Amino acid sequence: MSWIENRFEEGLIVTQLDWAINWARKSSLWPMTFGLACCAIEMMAFGASRFDVDRFGAGAFRATPRQADLMIVAGTVTYKMASRVRRLYNQMPDPKYVIAMGACTVGGGPYFKYGYHVVKGVDLVVPVDVYVPGCPPRPEALIEGLMRLQDKITAQTIALPKGSKRAAREYQIPTPTPATV
Amino acid sequence: MTPVQIAELLKSKFGPAVTESLPQDKHPRVHTTGGHWRAIAEFLRGEPSLDFDWLGCLTAVDYVADNQLCAVYDLYSTTQRHWFAVKVFVDRDRPHIPSVMDIWPAADWHEREAYDLMGIVFDGHSDLRRILLPEDWVGHPLRKDYRFPREYHGIPGTTELDWQQQPEYPV
Repeated sequence: MSWIENRFEEGLIVTQLDWAINWARKSSLWPMTFGLACCAIEMMAFGASRFDVDRFGAGAFRATPRQADLMIVAGTVTYKMASRVRRLYNQMPDPKYVIAMGACTVGGGPYFKYGYHVVKGVDLVVPVDVYVPGCPPRPEALIEGLMRLQDKITAQTIALPKGSKRAAREYQIPTPTPATV
Repeated sequence: MTPVQIAELLKSKFGPAVTESLPQDKHPRVHTTGGHWRAIAEFLRGEPSLDFDWLGCLTAVDYVADNQLCAVYDLYSTTQRHWFAVKVFVDRDRPHIPSVMDIWPAADWHEREAYDLMGIVFDGHSDLRRILLPEDWVGHPLRKDYRFPREYHGIPGTTELDWQQQPEYPV
């Protein structure tokens, strides 16, 4: 996920560092300014003063994927748009998260059966972290989705996964040389 | 002019080219076929008492049971202040209609849309490409016998295709 991940053995120094890194990540999720359909209207309300997502640190909507951590796929993803969505996702720096907002992105929504042009869920195009159902979801629902994503980030660790076969010596910390007087 | 007068004028001028005349309908219109449409369009635009200078809408209908496609032209005159419509019918197997983009420039993108979604070919159009769907799309989706894509560029399509196998669904 990031440059520091999988570099330390579990329990070495990471217990508190994990907390600090996760706290920093979850408190400054910068979403991408990216709306595809009617859900984007609710996403604007989510960012505006009444619902005020700045309270959660996610109000800095970036106009470029290069500066964004979070892609809120707000609206119907068509087959024509799918390649663009994937490209935008690929342009985002790690760690990156995706919220699928609304029925269309969760699974095709009202277009599931008769929509010849709609992708049946954006998880067929990019990996999704949190699904927010609704048509469109209320801004409160999107805030709930953001909080669940923050929970998910809280549980992350930079340690090696348990039972990982990767040897610790691969990233051995050099022993300090004795000080010379 | 009233729709009845317009229909009478068209019938007297074009005779059997006007296959049907429905000026009393909720949607006052005459019907014609693709081969006669160009002459009628030029008359509607050029005749001073008609002077249809505004193409309000261009849509297409798939009459699959009659094996026909139809383009509907809604016309308005800003000087005479009257509406009238023309339905142009063509064979489903050979859906060619002459373009009217030089008469009404608004027809340009409308004809592209009708081509994209219904597959009506407008002969004489300067740039007849798909306007909404990707260029490599297969088929014309608003036709009644359209088959949904099972896959597009590696993205799976809908799995519920049972409704297309129903007996009332035209093949």
